[in-house]
Amino acid sequence: MFSLSKNGRARNGWVNFTVLACTGVIPLLLYVAGQTFYLDLATRMVCLAIAAISLNLILGYGGMVSFGHAVFIGIGAYAVGIPAYHATYGEFDLIASYNGFLHILLAVAFSSLFALVTGAISLRTKGIYFIMITMAFGQMIYFFFVSLETYGGDDGLTIDARSEFPAVKLDNAIVMFLVCYVIMLLVIFAMYKIVNSRFGMVLQGAKDNEERMRAMGFNTFKYRLTAYVIAGALCGLSGALLGNFTTFISPEMIDWTRSGELIFMVLLGGGGTLAGPLVGAAIFVVLEEVLSSFTIYWHLPFGIMLILAVLFARKGLLSLFLKEDGDD
Amino acid sequence: MTEPALEICNLVKHFGGVTASDDISLSIMANEIHAIIGPNGAGKTTLVSQLFGSLAPDGGKVRFKGKDITSLPTYKRSALGLARSFQITSLIMSMSVLDNVALAVQAHEGHSFKFWKPARKVETLRLRATEILQQIDLVERADSKVSALSHGERRQVEIAVALAGEPSLLLLDEPMAGMGAIESAQMVEILKQMKGEKTIVLIEHDMDAVFALADRISVLVYGRIIATGSPDEIRQNEDVRRAYLGEA
Amino acid sequence: MDTTLLFIQFLNGMQLGVLLFLLAAGLSLTFGIMDFVNLAHGSLYMAGAFICASLTFWTGSFLLAVLLAIPLAALVGLATEYIVVRHLYARDHLDHVLATFGLILVFDTLVHIIWGSEGIAVPLPGWLDGQVELFAGVIFPTFRLLIIVSGLVIAAGLYFLVNFTRLGMLIRAGASNRTMVSALGINIQFLFALVFSLGAALAGIAGMLISPISEASIGMGNQIIITAFVVIVIGGVGSMKGAFIAALLIGLIDTFGRSYLDTIFKLFMSPVAAETSAPAVSAMLIYILMAVVLAVRPQGLFPPKARG
Repeated sequence: MFSLSKNGRARNGWVNFTVLACTGVIPLLLYVAGQTFYLDLATRMVCLAIAAISLNLILGYGGMVSFGHAVFIGIGAYAVGIPAYHATYGEFDLIASYNGFLHILLAVAFSSLFALVTGAISLRTKGIYFIMITMAFGQMIYFFFVSLETYGGDDGLTIDARSEFPAVKLDNAIVMFLVCYVIMLLVIFAMYKIVNSRFGMVLQGAKDNEERMRAMGFNTFKYRLTAYVIAGALCGLSGALLGNFTTFISPEMIDWTRSGELIFMVLLGGGGTLAGPLVGAAIFVVLEEVLSSFTIYWHLPFGIMLILAVLFARKGLLSLFLKEDGDD
Repeated sequence: MTEPALEICNLVKHFGGVTASDDISLSIMANEIHAIIGPNGAGKTTLVSQLFGSLAPDGGKVRFKGKDITSLPTYKRSALGLARSFQITSLIMSMSVLDNVALAVQAHEGHSFKFWKPARKVETLRLRATEILQQIDLVERADSKVSALSHGERRQVEIAVALAGEPSLLLLDEPMAGMGAIESAQMVEILKQMKGEKTIVLIEHDMDAVFALADRISVLVYGRIIATGSPDEIRQNEDVRRAYLGEA
Repeated sequence: MDTTLLFIQFLNGMQLGVLLFLLAAGLSLTFGIMDFVNLAHGSLYMAGAFICASLTFWTGSFLLAVLLAIPLAALVGLATEYIVVRHLYARDHLDHVLATFGLILVFDTLVHIIWGSEGIAVPLPGWLDGQVELFAGVIFPTFRLLIIVSGLVIAAGLYFLVNFTRLGMLIRAGASNRTMVSALGINIQFLFALVFSLGAALAGIAGMLISPISEASIGMGNQIIITAFVVIVIGGVGSMKGAFIAALLIGLIDTFGRSYLDTIFKLFMSPVAAETSAPAVSAMLIYILMAVVLAVRPQGLFPPKARG
């Protein structure tokens, strides 16, 4: 009934803190204990979490069901792969480089640009249309990269050398993990600020009741488009990290089923909560790992769980632990 | 009452074969409360929607403070000083009362492309919103979620949100709809405070409220204005009695 | 340009177009009437292909297999509707896409378990496997011609069904005014189930028709379903006429783009630049078309009349 008590707010803070601390500390402890494999799993999880967190801005807080978000992961990854390819094999001197700052700049710039153009078109529509159009634009870029024979087309491209940064060597697994983890923390902090800012209030208001927001005098389209571009840029960043981590990129990263998995992560953890997408990404990565070790048919239990979750548990798993109301 | 705040010139709107606005012309004077009454299906909400820009007219013009706003989108009309309350309560249900009003204040303060400072900690927004809630006597419910309010309270928040934009003209679409006698009386008191200070277009079914508040009344029947005048003139008007009051 | 080749490409485009229409018709019906988004529609297409493949080997006749497979595809649709879809109509679109995304995973894995991971090539009877000379110099595979003809026949049948039968009357009424249909005392649940399985049968037929050309394989529906979405967005959600016209348009544009875009590009580009850029542009052509249509008409080319 009333706004969140100090008690409830503190509790939500603890839940978020626990989630963050666990995802940071456990993989490192396991690594030290000799279980190196889990650190890789965690790095992948953190990269996907950044993508899911960015999607959460438009999906969870903005109510825009984008089914093409994985496209930004692809753009980010190719922004690492293509300059690195030319640095190794020549041509395109303008972008040929191993410089990590250039890679990140390209990833964020192209993701934002693509988000701006496609967002401006798709946000003119609503509901089913928006879902299908974001899907179609994702598929457009999928086929675009498939048709680029130079970069391996369908088969993808191996990145021979990771992005280079002064003093930070991504070839070291612990460094790779820590870089991704710290960037994720920064992204979560930025998300916390954005969501509670004036901009964030407008975005959430427009999710709840767009007509009212327009009547108040907000041009909701502009705010949504801005959120769409921010989400795209952050997801591009996650793609650049993921490309560096896997050192292999292919159009398959962009396939619309990847976008579906991102939506799954956001909603499984809890859309519109800060740590939800991270929880979702963790569950997804672990499920994938555990189920696929039991059976090659792991998609079957996964699909059934998804259907059951939609039918019976709609608020996300983190909501079981969080207090109602978004005062934090 | 010198110049019209809002001018409606020959407004026409068809829905299929039905003419919902049939050549409506009307001048709303500054600082008057102008009630528009009429039986169900007379086209009152259609008229409001066209005034506010959520529905495009098929013909005619709407001028606000001398400026042609006929093809302006809703949010721009709002920025010019038009505010609307909805017939069916339309608020941000998942947020608190104070958040709703603060959002409206925020809209009035200019763009909201501010990404860092927590909006709920901006003093100016909160203070102004609290002030408005005091005005409509709802300050003790400030922290409640709108979804937890009673119907009457939600109607009051509608008014608060409309007021927060410091509009020069308020379009109130049936503010008393669904209210009990006590709540209605409360609403009449709230609106009375604004009499002479704000221009208000009041669409309302509650005749006691209309005759208690309005400076002038227009009667809309089948999309046409059949009479405009002071409450007394309207009471005396034969056409109105026949078409409308008689059947009540 | 070689007109014979041009005509053959036109037929190829038509063949893609009618397949897209068969898919889009079912999607459009479920959108229009149930307001339901079915990502798993491509799985029904895949199911049709695999069922048809098995029946072809069992009966030894492709045509007999198709005849038997159509009701089976409808049955798969009916079961899907009964077990999952039915419980989602009242939910929002987000729930629809999530649950049907789960359905795709389930369908793909079930096919994997039943038929294995390899694709299955479906053999055609001899008289369908050859080519016909339509007129002087125009030689076209018999079976592809059959696809076009059967697609057009089914389209005509649907036109008749929607415009001249009682079921069609309900479908049209349902697309424009859902509450009215229920007010008429029609058993809505039955109507929905019927429409869903009709859509499943149409998708299944598309899968059966394509299986002798590109074999039945896991995930075969997951790409073409997006193209079917593009068709619907361009044609207007819920409009059969729009779906038909947009499907043929997309089929033709995609086919012509892939075969002639490099020639066109060479008119104003260096051959090397044309040969590298043409494949990329032709791969994106239909999406660009969609973007243009949306920029001009956000509701698609033929939006159905306003909903009540």
